[in-house]
Amino acid sequence: MRRITTWLLSTVSALVLLFSYHTSTGSGGGTAVAADANGAAGSTSGDSSATGSDATGSDATGSDATGSSTTGSDGSGAASDGTGTGDTSGDTGTGSAASGASGGLADGTYTGEAVQTRYGPVQVKITVSGGKITSSVVTQVPWSDHRDQEINAAAVPILNAEAVQAQSADIDMVSGATFTSQGYLGSLQSAIDEASR
Amino acid sequence: MSTLEIPVTSAGPRPPVLARRAWVEHVMGTAVSVHVRALDPGRADVEAAVDRAVAHLRRVETVLSTWRADSDLLRLQHGETDTAHAWVADVAELALEAEERTDGLFRAWRSRTGGRTVFDPTGLVKGWAVAGAAAHLDVVPEISYSIGAGGDVVVGAGPGPSADGPPWRVGVQDPYRSGRVAEVLTLRRGGVATSGASARGGHVLDPRSGRPVRRAGSCTVVGPDLTWADVWATAAWVDPGRAARLLAERDPGYRLVVL
Repeated sequence: MRRITTWLLSTVSALVLLFSYHTSTGSGGGTAVAADANGAAGSTSGDSSATGSDATGSDATGSDATGSSTTGSDGSGAASDGTGTGDTSGDTGTGSAASGASGGLADGTYTGEAVQTRYGPVQVKITVSGGKITSSVVTQVPWSDHRDQEINAAAVPILNAEAVQAQSADIDMVSGATFTSQGYLGSLQSAIDEASR
Repeated sequence: MSTLEIPVTSAGPRPPVLARRAWVEHVMGTAVSVHVRALDPGRADVEAAVDRAVAHLRRVETVLSTWRADSDLLRLQHGETDTAHAWVADVAELALEAEERTDGLFRAWRSRTGGRTVFDPTGLVKGWAVAGAAAHLDVVPEISYSIGAGGDVVVGAGPGPSADGPPWRVGVQDPYRSGRVAEVLTLRRGGVATSGASARGGHVLDPRSGRPVRRAGSCTVVGPDLTWADVWATAAWVDPGRAARLLAERDPGYRLVVL
């Protein structure tokens, strides 16, 4: 078995997505605020890479607040993080052993690369706790017209839950048809890669 | 036999511990990730092969992109050039074969209003390109790999015992309950392609009517060659029942998952 799936440390993610039209560089508008309130994860893991990549430019606020409709539905991601809160240091050894042997993930927060889709960039940020993805947040989505907004308002929280779900199902790759989710999966994958190093 | 002859440290044959390494590149409008399992996936020959695989995809993009105006394909269609990479002809030939094999459920040519016929091989280029990229990894000894490119997945292994290693698990997105994986396909070699309802509305045209396919769901095809899995997934999305019959008759090595 490639990943130890017996436990999760708790991670509480609070997420506010503020969207606006953004440029191709993605450093300005169109980004989102992702506030990860890590519980025990960073402190107990003893992993040096924890919290490393939190300070990306994408955390900048300052977008207009027109698109902040996704906050409520982030409950899906947060809810799935709530299990296994009792586990602390005892399991940490298991987790790091697994990561050495089978390419599991190192605890921390990782921002995937912005993936260009033909509709615009998609970027994902994940939180890894105990070698598993406990939350994922889209920090950049195509948001250039009204139709985009409708799609993404629905898709983003769903996709976030998907990352956590796919991880727990121990899957190497995902096959699917939805275009935006392909960009999402790509960025998610790069965040996972970052965590595997 | 004396126990002294047995080294203390090795308590018997154990399966080797395979490490895993992943690369992600942005190419062909999506992110392509390459995963390699090997005893030492940091080997220089592995790295070089992954580079070649990605370079292959980049080259395909410059030749066959349908949304980059500077691609050979579009410049040819717009009459801006007479010469094009040989891949354009290769793909056109493949598209003809695909049309024949699927009884026209797959078709890369469509007529636009005004009578002009447009060649749009999108339905097979990605699968074909990723299968071509994978060929660069097939020759690397003692690795197994998977490449995922926007929903198309190819899996394989180089020469050596790594081919018998743990299989790759490919999840198929549930098109009705997003966030869930409807099915997991386990394979050591082969391709998986999915065609289905896009968030943007139908982007697959039914060649018989010229209209986009508008319904929910998805069709996934798994089989030995990603190129043909991709073609059959597109055909199946147009007409699942008919494609299933044709597939059983003409390409029995492929399996169709209709969701």
